[in-house]
Amino acid sequence: MTGNSAIAEAAIRAGCQCYFGYPITPQNELTEYMAANLSRRKGCSFIQAESEISAINMVYGASVVGARAMTSSSSPGISLKQEGISYLAACELPAVIVNMSRGGPGLGSIVAAQSDYFQSTRGGGHGDYRTIVLAPSSVQELADLTHKAFDLSDKYKIPTLILGDGILGQMMEPVEFHYEAPAELLVRPDGLRGAKGRPSKIIKTFTSDPAQLEELNWSLFRRYELIKKQETACETFMVDDAKLIVVAFGIAARIARGAIKTVRAEGLKVGLMRPITLWPYPSEKIQELAKGVKQYLVFELNMGQMIEDVQLSLAGQGEVSFYGRPGGVIPTPSEVARVISRLYYQKGLK
Amino acid sequence: MKKVYAYPKSLKRAPFHYCPGCGHSIVHRLVCEVIDEMNLQDKTIGIPPPGCSVFAYNYFDVDMAESAHGRGAAVATGAKRAFPDAIVFTYQGDGDLAAIGTAETIHAANRGEQITTIFVNNAVYGMTGGQMAPTTLVGQKTTTTPYGRDESLDGAPIKMSEILALVKGTVYIERVAVNSPDNIRKAKKAIRKAFQTQIYKLGFSMVEILSPCPTNWKMSPIESWQWVDREMTKVFPLGVIKDTTEKKDAD
Amino acid sequence: MLIKAVFAGFGGQGVLSMGLNLAEAAMLEGKEVTYLPSYGAEVRGGTANCTVAISDDEIASPVASSPEFIIAMNQPSAVKFQNQIQSGGLFFINSSLVKAELSRGDIIVVGVPASKIAEDLGNPKSANMVMLGAFTRKSGLVSIESIKKGLKVSLRSKPKLIAVNEKALMAGYDLP
Repeated sequence: MTGNSAIAEAAIRAGCQCYFGYPITPQNELTEYMAANLSRRKGCSFIQAESEISAINMVYGASVVGARAMTSSSSPGISLKQEGISYLAACELPAVIVNMSRGGPGLGSIVAAQSDYFQSTRGGGHGDYRTIVLAPSSVQELADLTHKAFDLSDKYKIPTLILGDGILGQMMEPVEFHYEAPAELLVRPDGLRGAKGRPSKIIKTFTSDPAQLEELNWSLFRRYELIKKQETACETFMVDDAKLIVVAFGIAARIARGAIKTVRAEGLKVGLMRPITLWPYPSEKIQELAKGVKQYLVFELNMGQMIEDVQLSLAGQGEVSFYGRPGGVIPTPSEVARVISRLYYQKGLK
Repeated sequence: MKKVYAYPKSLKRAPFHYCPGCGHSIVHRLVCEVIDEMNLQDKTIGIPPPGCSVFAYNYFDVDMAESAHGRGAAVATGAKRAFPDAIVFTYQGDGDLAAIGTAETIHAANRGEQITTIFVNNAVYGMTGGQMAPTTLVGQKTTTTPYGRDESLDGAPIKMSEILALVKGTVYIERVAVNSPDNIRKAKKAIRKAFQTQIYKLGFSMVEILSPCPTNWKMSPIESWQWVDREMTKVFPLGVIKDTTEKKDAD
Repeated sequence: MLIKAVFAGFGGQGVLSMGLNLAEAAMLEGKEVTYLPSYGAEVRGGTANCTVAISDDEIASPVASSPEFIIAMNQPSAVKFQNQIQSGGLFFINSSLVKAELSRGDIIVVGVPASKIAEDLGNPKSANMVMLGAFTRKSGLVSIESIKKGLKVSLRSKPKLIAVNEKALMAGYDLP
């Protein structure tokens, strides 16, 4: 199954009731899968919207009435969706947004890149808010994390992003689904369903009272602290005896893992730290690793974005090097292995 | 004794913040009267916009969810598709519907979304302080057309009702005004019919309401009511623009 | 063991389904496998290619920079990919359509008149299966039984085509 189809199938099994999207490469298989499969399910709705802006606002409307809703796009389209994501965040509404990102800036190219890290992890739109960001690195994980994205989004009432790239979206790998689609529509109890037997409710962002605005932001950030404590996720690989740790996410982490196996075979003690949640960032894990390991190599398909989070996490407790390719040209595991070996010797770790 | 006047049940007892002579409060009341008469209060979801009516949720005693500027039709689409039993209406101004939200509106209409749009046209951006709207009349002075709207530079006022009438998914569009008791009665009738269109699931319905804005037109309320008749209706003629509800009924 | 194969040709020659079929067969044999199509502006008659990676261990990157196998179904693909194949690699060419000499001496070129054989069988569209049969025999990556099983999976919605495709597959497999 392609990564894009796996996300779509996983979303349906997670009880996604509404999908609204707009075509853009390299994520069209996701939209097409939903058109073929979601639209036929009872009570479910698929719309090919007139723009990404409309699509995210349709998602907002569906979330308002308590439905599980999602949209997907790729980098330029995600830029257009930022207005809607900001409103979702402000209104504390759940929604799942998939970014099968591509190279930028501008129209860029449809090749794989990770240049939307800042946009994804710093809110992305206007205002002081965050979204949960999940970064899968295999087709199986795309499916698993899609399910998780819906649950987290509902649990914390926060828009949740899945950040992939063209390769993850296009490639096929075997995948297993661990859930069946729910028999009944999942409706959030706090959705607007008409003021029957209760006072009418308002979902809004605008306020002319500065104290009220401040309290909204405080309450958002209290929830963000809770998410940081409870939902931060990462994976480590061969870090126990490591002298150098590579930090990478998504497709880059997968390549790095292959490279680490190669250099391990040559006796180099290198490990991998792969953040699964890009926000909240697994800073505590890095701080814990920094007690033993002082050398870090950040590898990204951009010119250095996540490296800032690694540096912030280390707070001077380790030395950080960087290897990046700005997207499109995908380094091979052996190329990354050479970079790792060179650094290993330069830093006198042998 | 016969009761001839009552406060609508679905209108909250909050004093309006609108300027004296503004049409919004009349339109609010009309929509609430229709909601009450059709017994829709417990199943209605309203989508107010940014603009002067951003606080509409303080007056309508129904579930309300604010939309981003211009996105009302898309938000209403999502809500209605996910919860088809609801009666969903958007409340939008001329900047919201006819400038920034043109695409959302035309495409929701084209899909024949079962939603109702209350489109308040006062030929000016009210809340931001009187800038040119897409519906500003040629020659009309606003803060961004200080020498009057110049057709050769700013284009002519856009007629959304006529444009939307060309779209197949729309079944009922009427233009009304709230500048006289007679026109207000007609406006209410149109709003009622638009909601009825949605209840019968016939397609997209919209009522365009010409509404006075004495503050930004720099007129007294009475002058502004007269200006609606004298100037606005020349460009935006009142009446039914499209009504295929009978035909749809027969289908 | 990690082996990568690139299938390339005109859009419509069935190069993507060759790759999918191999991936399916390898999966049935319990291997780790990834399949990555070239994607982009869709042009009928343009060139298409896909990469299949097969391994006993997890696969780090589905992208191939120097694959062990290349299957070129037309001339432009043969020219484009001859510089990418690994030294000592097997370069399969559809010799019915690829005429130019390859300039590299460090690779093994396997000419398969796939289009001609398919035409002789009365089904020109099955040239991809002829090639896949020849590839399966020469590469030894997966068994022909697995390929046949994979074919049944990929053609489950068009069962009528299975027999024709199997025939073409075996014609390629049985080549000397």
